[in-house]
Amino acid sequence: MPKTNEEKGFVDIINGRYKPNGKFHIIEANQPIFNKDTGKLAGVTNPRDMTYIHSYGGEAIFFESLGKGKLMATRCDNDKCEAKGSIFEPFRIFCPDCLRKATVVDITEKAQQMAKIHSFIITHRSGAFNTLPKPIKFINVEFDEEVVTILMSVLSVGEPEIGKRVVPIFRTKDPTYTIMDLMFVVEGTPESDLPEGFTY
Amino acid sequence: MIRFSDKQLKIPKLMRPVYLVTAGMSKFDRAFPETRTEELCIDALTAASDFVGMTPAELKKYIHTCYYGHFADHFGDQLLGEAVIHDRLGLDPLGNIGVKTGGATGGSAMWEAVKAVASGYSDCALALGWERMDEVPTDEGNHLISCAADKDWETPLGHIYTGYYAVMAQRYWKVFGKEQDSFRKTMAEIAVKNRGYARMNPHAHGPMKITVEDVTNSPIVAYPLRVLDCCLMSVGSACGVVCDEKTAYEITDKPLRIYIAAGSHTLRVADRRDMTIPLLPNETPGQYDDIGKKFPGGDRYPGFSSFLAARVAAYYAYHMSGVVDPSEDLDVVELHDAFTISDIQTYEDIGIRPYGEGRDYIESGDAYVINPLTKKPGKLPSNPCGGLIGCMHAVGATGLMQIAEIGYHIWNRWDEIHEPEEKWKAFGREKPKDWTSLQVKGAKRGLAISHAGVGSHVTCTILMDPNKLIKED
Ligand SMILES: [Zn+2]
Repeated sequence: MPKTNEEKGFVDIINGRYKPNGKFHIIEANQPIFNKDTGKLAGVTNPRDMTYIHSYGGEAIFFESLGKGKLMATRCDNDKCEAKGSIFEPFRIFCPDCLRKATVVDITEKAQQMAKIHSFIITHRSGAFNTLPKPIKFINVEFDEEVVTILMSVLSVGEPEIGKRVVPIFRTKDPTYTIMDLMFVVEGTPESDLPEGFTY
Repeated sequence: MIRFSDKQLKIPKLMRPVYLVTAGMSKFDRAFPETRTEELCIDALTAASDFVGMTPAELKKYIHTCYYGHFADHFGDQLLGEAVIHDRLGLDPLGNIGVKTGGATGGSAMWEAVKAVASGYSDCALALGWERMDEVPTDEGNHLISCAADKDWETPLGHIYTGYYAVMAQRYWKVFGKEQDSFRKTMAEIAVKNRGYARMNPHAHGPMKITVEDVTNSPIVAYPLRVLDCCLMSVGSACGVVCDEKTAYEITDKPLRIYIAAGSHTLRVADRRDMTIPLLPNETPGQYDDIGKKFPGGDRYPGFSSFLAARVAAYYAYHMSGVVDPSEDLDVVELHDAFTISDIQTYEDIGIRPYGEGRDYIESGDAYVINPLTKKPGKLPSNPCGGLIGCMHAVGATGLMQIAEIGYHIWNRWDEIHEPEEKWKAFGREKPKDWTSLQVKGAKRGLAISHAGVGSHVTCTILMDPNKLIKED
């Protein structure tokens, strides 16, 4: 049973502290486990419903930007670093080599013009809490020489193929503020074919 | 391009020789609904005691520190699970610590134990691992496993680890396997071999007598991987005991020299930057200059097709132990065959074959106990216990089970562990009428690879008969 709106838990930050309000867990009784063949007690179930609270820290701008239709990354601008000029996507708050704070850069246009599939996998399986339609088409996206990493995402429209050009789409209507606000479609997909809530 | 410094590539040094004196393991299975984890751990330690003709109480008197491999606290819903097991094993007041490195947890626990003895802190250390993955519904289990990926960047995408892992298999399949039917068949041969070997192992959870067609017709998990290409998800425990030389010979007259090293690479495959291929002792500079020509798309290293952590662990361990060419210098290996395709990737990462040519290790028959082409002993048999595909993958125990299995071959006591009718009966398993010994005859040196997920951690353990060392101390 999904929680009603009154039952949902929300968290704000007030005076520098997390302030949870609403319901965060619903208590459910445990149940015994019997061996049906022997009739003997073997154990118990321990049902539990929890909500974790998590800070994005310096990555918050990445997740906030997705809902605004922007793909942000970071770049090491340290003259003394061997990795200078490298763009990191996944977004890295600090350069992994020099550990200096990296510069936040907007790579939306680069992604629109250069993104292509490096590898992919199609799976019909998922775990509990999955919200993606199945089969899930995982793709790994490479950009250009400047971007030294290969972003993992999901192909929402089209069939994946290594080397195929893809374009990012963003959940700009009711964003979830998670990585689920970013997906890709094959180049040339009409805007009318994008999933509910997504735009180019 | 990422570069490593000379200091980072320094060959690890043990300050004194370390020996494996005994090892043990429990039965492995998908679920033990009427057995607590501690019962399985006690089985493993008792088996290790039996192996050297001691009672558990006698063996415990030697142990000075304990290293527990147990990956997934959230599966067991028990923090400090190591303290529970330590108490049930009756090992107070010894110092102990939990080790968690995903699929490499068992190997990493041994890495810690060996260093403790090498440093002189302990003269005898226990590495014991277990995993309990049967106590949640399967889809919640999939979610819990997916928590080993990045929680912000990967886990929300389907909550399914296969999705983050199998993209590497896809890339290898396309670039190095060239999507050939012959390559697909070679992948299947690994599944047939390992499940078939598991039939001779009473501890094994997934024995099967199958054909290549059975594998290629089994349901697709994530193309090109099918159900029979994938490892098991198991419950069970395994352990090993390591000592300095003096203590080792007090416990047994045949301890084995142990060398072990570890490597790592990014948790997210996404973060892997390009680099030149670090070379192993049997490779030459320039050897891979044309790899992009031979395998278009294969010039990005390690990219998605190789495991840097495995390569670096082998680099350290080979130099520590004097191994130059694993095919020439070793007699048996236990590799982390999480998937048939990742097994092939590992052949290349650890130098059994050059990059791009891993499939030949299977196709030549070298990887078999008896080479199916020549009907003679294989050059370097791999996974005679059945591996992760046929024997088990009880995460925290896996690396220790592999080390134990290599030990049994070198001790020339493999049959004693796998043959007895009573053990088959006690485990409630039927011994096959065509049971055959898979003891690798005359084995003096072996290797075990313990590997985490997408290759975030890998350990490389090398065991040698002390009379057959390659390198002087
Ligand atoms: Zn930098």
